[in-house]
Amino acid sequence: MRQLLKGNHAVVRGAIAAGCKAYFGYPITPASEIAESASMLFPESGGVFIPAESEIGSIQMLFGAASAGVRAMTASSGPGISLMQEGISYMAGAELPGLIVNIMRAGPGLGNLGVEQGDYFQAVKGGGHGNYRTPVFAPNSVQEMCDLTMHAFDVADRYRNPVVVMADGALGQMMEPVEIPQTAPEEPDKPWAIRGDAATRKNLITSIFLEHHVQEALITKLEDKYREMEEKEVKWEEFQTEDFDIIIIAYGICSRIAREAVEMARAEGMRIGLLRPISLFPFPSKRIRQLAGKAYSILVFELSSGKMVEDVRLAVNGITPVELLRRTGGMMPTSEEIVTVLKTMERECVGNKA
Amino acid sequence: MWEIKHSKPATFYDRFERKSGDTEITHYCPGCGHGVLHKLVAEAIDDFGIQDRAILVGCVGCSIFMYYYMDVGNISSSHGRAPAVATGVKRARPEAIVFCYQGDGDLAAIGGNEILHAANRGEPITVFFVNNGIYGMTGGQMAPTTPLGQKTTTSPRGRTAQVEGPPIRMCELLSTLDGPAYIERVALTDAKHHMRARKAVRKALKNQMEGRGFSFIEVLSACPSNWKVSPKDAIQWVEKNMVPIFPLQVFRDEDKHGATPLCLRHGTSPERKIPAGPKIQESAVRGAIAGGELGEVSMKLAGFGGQGVLFSGLALAEAALREGLQVSWIPSYGPEMRGGTANCHVRISKSPIASPLINRPSSLMVFNQPSLEKFADQVLPGGLLLANSSMVTDIPDLPDIQIVRVPAYEAARDLGNVKAANMIMLGAYLEITRAVAQEAILAAFTDNGMRPNLLKANVAALEAGRRIVSGTRLQNPQLRL
Repeated sequence: MRQLLKGNHAVVRGAIAAGCKAYFGYPITPASEIAESASMLFPESGGVFIPAESEIGSIQMLFGAASAGVRAMTASSGPGISLMQEGISYMAGAELPGLIVNIMRAGPGLGNLGVEQGDYFQAVKGGGHGNYRTPVFAPNSVQEMCDLTMHAFDVADRYRNPVVVMADGALGQMMEPVEIPQTAPEEPDKPWAIRGDAATRKNLITSIFLEHHVQEALITKLEDKYREMEEKEVKWEEFQTEDFDIIIIAYGICSRIAREAVEMARAEGMRIGLLRPISLFPFPSKRIRQLAGKAYSILVFELSSGKMVEDVRLAVNGITPVELLRRTGGMMPTSEEIVTVLKTMERECVGNKA
Repeated sequence: MWEIKHSKPATFYDRFERKSGDTEITHYCPGCGHGVLHKLVAEAIDDFGIQDRAILVGCVGCSIFMYYYMDVGNISSSHGRAPAVATGVKRARPEAIVFCYQGDGDLAAIGGNEILHAANRGEPITVFFVNNGIYGMTGGQMAPTTPLGQKTTTSPRGRTAQVEGPPIRMCELLSTLDGPAYIERVALTDAKHHMRARKAVRKALKNQMEGRGFSFIEVLSACPSNWKVSPKDAIQWVEKNMVPIFPLQVFRDEDKHGATPLCLRHGTSPERKIPAGPKIQESAVRGAIAGGELGEVSMKLAGFGGQGVLFSGLALAEAALREGLQVSWIPSYGPEMRGGTANCHVRISKSPIASPLINRPSSLMVFNQPSLEKFADQVLPGGLLLANSSMVTDIPDLPDIQIVRVPAYEAARDLGNVKAANMIMLGAYLEITRAVAQEAILAAFTDNGMRPNLLKANVAALEAGRRIVSGTRLQNPQLRL
């Protein structure tokens, strides 16, 4: 049965459906509804909710619950996510699963509450210290706020690595119909966890490895995991990519605006396609490279000073021109503005094809 | 009667692997208090039969390698965060006996906030706090507990109250909170004080087994290496320099059983209980969009905060859901958030909705003058402008736009319900567009638990709005967007 939910509420429904048992959080706009909803629903669903003293506390409580082998999560926005980077690094080093939801706002610093995607590098390149990555999933609808939250728990457990779901204030605040799944994949056994019983007494959760070769072995193991993710966990969506001259690459709320722009441009006879990365790490580089080979040019549309565009350029590796359309600070280009940019690009690039 | 025990507690590993070459001794310096305290804790765990249930959350400092000695579940946490980590563990596994073991730099400096709030929540965990007045592992820097006058590598002229502030007393600080059940400070000096420490350690663990609440034991302990005194003199150093600052006493001893968080008294439930969502009644009556008589709706609603603007839009969206339509609702975003208006965008369509954001609405419902001035020229040619003429008095000449004035406040006053202006506007909108059926809106209200008297008032307001614009028809029903 479809119900109308805010994106932030859909995150909590998805988490509970996935068997998440513990939520630790600190309020921050525009993510607070996640904690509010969790405080109501987790205790009713056999779980626990703690209003933590800070985001540092939140992520460390998550570390503890994950060590004890239960599915656990936290959510915040940029300033809070920055405070969590210490804990995320420790979780990656100790190979602990867990979910961190980032409802991005504009930055740096306190910034403002506007819609922005400026936390891209922090999320996809491993935002804390040391050699690690976190898988990052970027929903673009309220349904996906639920579905990708559920998926994130599976990926986190499969690889024993923290996972980020990264959305923005628009996706967090908007309402759309959602179907809450009533079943979810079984949670794997966690023989490595510490449950306070004889079977797990010998286990040790740590991220300190003083011997250099042991530390290097851990990093190699992490790198192997990230390589495997690049093989198996890449997710993206395409729209109108059967024939195109220009392809737009956009994620999150931008992909929705871009989709409208594609519809408008197609109505005017332009051949435009859209690729939406759903996993930002691992990034759909291979597919972008394939499409780039057939495109006259590529337009990256993002709400940052130009971050995902670097990953696109790495993927394209110079074979096709890559343009960037971006706004920051909470400003949002309209679909009409995207079409205007596409027209200019078409004149410049496609005009040259003859 | 007494006997000398030479045996190792079973909670210690047989071999200490930390120091290569010698598996009998720890990595601690001669005269350090950690070894003694480890043994007191290990013996208590043995005697209480809780080795399998025990989970140690270690800290950063000299005792970070405690997991080489303690044969219990071991979690190594980041600097200062052990009480937060332990909170996560205890809430996840209420049957486990969870204890933190932290030094003074770890607990009183970088971890000040985590210990304060774990204590205040009354987390039913046990914290052992080793205070030697100095950062040991990093080589003798000043700690928050360093006595005044003491020279360290970061207070080379001696600590002064004027520059570094006086030493911090954690037991006294935590005693100001209602949360903790048990707080005591002991010292590892002579035999008598060792026995007092032993008793405190046992009580602190026993409290957790019996669910009595948060227990905190501060242990004054020697650091001969960094104090640069002999192990023997270090004991006197504790007595002379630390005990006067940090008095040995019981600060709190209460049974806080009743204050234990509910989830810890009842435990978490392993099965998945997915909360039932609201009951959604499919509407039997279809409005103009579902009936195919009207193109899709892309609408902005704007007014002051408190005028019920967002609620009107939401009612429309909920109704569309019940008619089986695609729908999106989004409150003000970006630069639109400024300038005295609260607004939302509503899209309703039979096909999937690309963007929930609307730059050029096909209809605009404005509740106040600033909203009109802000959004009027965005309305698509052929679109509809519905204005609350009680507040929107100055409407410019807008060719190609169908303008409908609704004196919503006057009408609401007539109903004796000034809060109903938003429903009057919505009623007028429904009458003109028939976009969704009124029955679908009422179904949404009922599903969301609206009280009968409020429901009745809203129905009256919707119908009053309909009457005001009765006979007005949409001039351009097939408008896209």
